[in-house]
Amino acid sequence: MSTAAPAPPEKLTKKMLTADHPTWCPGCGDFAVLAAFYKVLEKLQIPHEKIVTIAGIGCSSRFPYFVNSHGLHFIHGRALPLATGISLSRPDVHVFAFGGDGDGFSIGGNHLDHCARKNVNLTYVIMDNSVYGLTKMQTSPTSPIGYKSKTDPTGAIDQPVNPMRKLVASGASFVGRTHATQVKHMMEMFERAIKHQGFSVVEVLSECVIFYPGAFDSGNPRKGGEFEIIQERSWDETAEDEARHDVTDFSAAMKLTEESYPGKFGTYYEVDRPSKNVLEQKWIDDSRAKVGSASDKDILQARFNQMK
Amino acid sequence: MTTASATSPSDASTRSPSDKLQDAVIRLAGNSQDGIQTIGGFLARLAGRTAQEVMTYMTIPSTISGGPSIFQVHIGSGEVLSPGDDADFLVAFYQHSYENHINSLREGGVCIYDTDEVEPDLTDKRFTFIGIPISTTTIEALGGSARDRGKNMFILGLLTNVFDLNREKLAAIIDRQFGKKHESVLRNAMLAFDAGYSYPIGESLNGDYGIAPGRIEGEHRIATDGNQMLTCGLLAAGVRYGAGYPITPWSSIMESLRSELPKYGGLFVQGEDELAAVSIALGMAYSGHLAVTGSSGPGLSLKMEALSYAVMAELPLIVINVQRGGPSTGLPTSVEQSDLMQAIYGSHGDAPRVVLAPQDVEDCFYIALEAGRIARKYSVPVIILSDQAISSRIEAFAEPNLDEFMVEAELDISPRDESFKPYPLDGLTRHAPPGTPLEGGKYPVVTGLEHDEWGHPTANPELHQKMTARRRNKLVALAEELDELEVYGDAEGDTLLVGWGSTYGPIREAVDRMRANGQKVGAIQIRHLNPLPNGLEKSFAKFSRVAVFELNDAGLYGYGQLATLLRARYCDPRIQSITKTEGLGFKIREIIAGVEKLKNA
Ligand SMILES: Cc1ncc(C[n+]2csc(CCOP(=O)(O)OP(=O)(O)O)c2C)c(N)n1
Ligand code: SF4
Ligand SMILES: [Mg+2]
Repeated sequence: MSTAAPAPPEKLTKKMLTADHPTWCPGCGDFAVLAAFYKVLEKLQIPHEKIVTIAGIGCSSRFPYFVNSHGLHFIHGRALPLATGISLSRPDVHVFAFGGDGDGFSIGGNHLDHCARKNVNLTYVIMDNSVYGLTKMQTSPTSPIGYKSKTDPTGAIDQPVNPMRKLVASGASFVGRTHATQVKHMMEMFERAIKHQGFSVVEVLSECVIFYPGAFDSGNPRKGGEFEIIQERSWDETAEDEARHDVTDFSAAMKLTEESYPGKFGTYYEVDRPSKNVLEQKWIDDSRAKVGSASDKDILQARFNQMK
Repeated sequence: MTTASATSPSDASTRSPSDKLQDAVIRLAGNSQDGIQTIGGFLARLAGRTAQEVMTYMTIPSTISGGPSIFQVHIGSGEVLSPGDDADFLVAFYQHSYENHINSLREGGVCIYDTDEVEPDLTDKRFTFIGIPISTTTIEALGGSARDRGKNMFILGLLTNVFDLNREKLAAIIDRQFGKKHESVLRNAMLAFDAGYSYPIGESLNGDYGIAPGRIEGEHRIATDGNQMLTCGLLAAGVRYGAGYPITPWSSIMESLRSELPKYGGLFVQGEDELAAVSIALGMAYSGHLAVTGSSGPGLSLKMEALSYAVMAELPLIVINVQRGGPSTGLPTSVEQSDLMQAIYGSHGDAPRVVLAPQDVEDCFYIALEAGRIARKYSVPVIILSDQAISSRIEAFAEPNLDEFMVEAELDISPRDESFKPYPLDGLTRHAPPGTPLEGGKYPVVTGLEHDEWGHPTANPELHQKMTARRRNKLVALAEELDELEVYGDAEGDTLLVGWGSTYGPIREAVDRMRANGQKVGAIQIRHLNPLPNGLEKSFAKFSRVAVFELNDAGLYGYGQLATLLRARYCDPRIQSITKTEGLGFKIREIIAGVEKLKNA
């Protein structure tokens, strides 16, 4: 450990954030997600040592290796509880969790619901490719009916998860949706999610060029699809504004999730609700106020005294 | 159970009632809503205050709505090691209490029963029967209203009189317990207590049942249960963060931590399940804190994948398992020691981790400190195997000296220089938690993939072998620093009794009794189960046989879980096994009979 006085903070650059060259297949949608993440961090200038990148297991979950920051590559499906432990015990750092559709909606589906309703302060990016990439082409919870995989050779038969409906219903206080081919929009979504206080989640449609090529063409104008962005209410008292989407309106957000594929992109839902971090800190502060200036030893001694 | 049936009754029958008693075993049998746990707790705390020793034992129905429940208190003026095989006194609140527990009374014992509820067989000449209209007398004392309330306080008053307990100190303890509530609560409690205290029972009892004053001197003493002492131990060890999910009998630890930790500036989180709980705790550990998670058997099974991760990533974590009867939901409110193999081996891969077991309530404090020390020093998960018996019974013992034991919680995020290497092949693991500036500019990624000294993933065959050995050798180094175990009793002779966890007291008492009868026996209680302390073989070699006592099944090949491990390690055919799976601890006579059985085999 060094004892030298801390140097003045260096400006955070993309170069400083770049780590190992990603092991993803050439053309994989996840590259664009990584590039957008670098750029947003560069823009926001979060102190380098305070960035924490974590993930579960999957192709997309290899993300932490490709970001030069504090990071942790965890087990399949449990990235969010791990991130919860970091966020709640270290309010001084910024926690970013990454993962795939299998990691987030299947094995980790229950954790997603609870992390969202508790409104833990962190940002979660789901790179949805509608397939299990790392394990080489099994049906995922977002694979559409009819998708032919190694576990459904004649086509998937189970109704897929509607990611936006699940996320909005779960109680997440920021829910956004974007497409890995739309870099500018993706960056906007990331920036808004990061600035949001509480649990923010962004679903990125990110193509697996090996096992599900063309999956999201219908949302990509360059492939003949349509990338329709949600028009948000600006409260400018114009007639058009009436028809725009109020991001704080839960029912309106749920209604947006019902649109047929590829649906809309942008902010579905965004509300100001106290995060678990804030509520727990209040309890800690109240408890500390009650013990006054007592040291940890005094507090424990008082407990022993009650056992006499 | 493989032990033989009863041999000799407890030595309690040999004493004359006219002397001051050295100890007494009182069993209170009623329903869980009668508050017998409360008076058991009062008696235990009183013993702590009067330099007497105490050990309690209770059964609780696993249903919420109540049901038959007992609380047994063993109070003595000298050392009390077990809850007692047979009761000297039975207080029967109901007919079912009488019927189910009369045979737990020693011959010559006293059965006090509620004449409003119980019709005993008075022709049973083994016992002295004393009928008291407990219900009606209590109702009268309270002015007739509160139905069924206060019977427990009446009995407490009665026992205080019979055993000549310190009325003043007891009143102070009651005052502290009830004083916080509405004043009528305390007043009613004392009315019922006084009615019991002044009840003219003396005429029906022949002799003086006063318990001799305590012989333990010069110590501050406290009385509490094992789960509370584990909680205190964690707090003293510097644990400030944790996460869990409720399950009996672990829950009271997480409930206490949830309310205590914020006072220390920390936090305990209730997860949505055990998978989340262990993951949240690992997030806290990664963040640079000493963290805890815990559960009971089924919940531990759910934590197993993450535990292997913690071994691989070398994150420190304290994991508590308050064992209960299994498998599955099993006997959720009974004692068993059947999770030893799960604790040591229960997850995928070669995943060495530390396993400790407290031997009594007092030891829960010190085992938590030891767990904290080891987790910090070696950056490993440490499992504490407590059990239902230790978790719920109350003991009185010397108050730990916090000046000596309090460990400060600290977070080290000071900058690390270019030479930073979390997993050096020739040194101890050192992480750089989030927030730590890395002066070399390269930030670490903690991973469950096999990795090199810097934490970079690699599948290099040679390195996997080296790193696997490195993780194992941390435990080898730990074993080397542990003190060799001293044998209690005879250092050599006929039988060495070996136990772990809550069998400590009964094994010691059995050794005392066997030695008093001229047998050459000793005992060892193992607190470090993985790694085992070195040098056990030297003690084993001094006895004709080694009898391992544990509360689990003898398995396919006739040996309990610890016995299997010891035989595998030492290849010593002297190592034999006595097991019991009734959901109850060993009685002293069962241990003595077990030794006899092995001798005659
Ligand atoms: C407990 C456990 N079960 C199964 C696996 C195998 N596994 C690894 S990644 C994965 C699915 C990954 O799919 P997704 O989360 O969509 O990520 P992608 O690879 O598509 O980015 C599975 C099943 C595992 N690592 N751990
Ligand atoms: S398999 Fe698919 S998801 Fe995985 S890296 Fe290759 S393209 Fe990307
Ligand atoms: Mg996927």
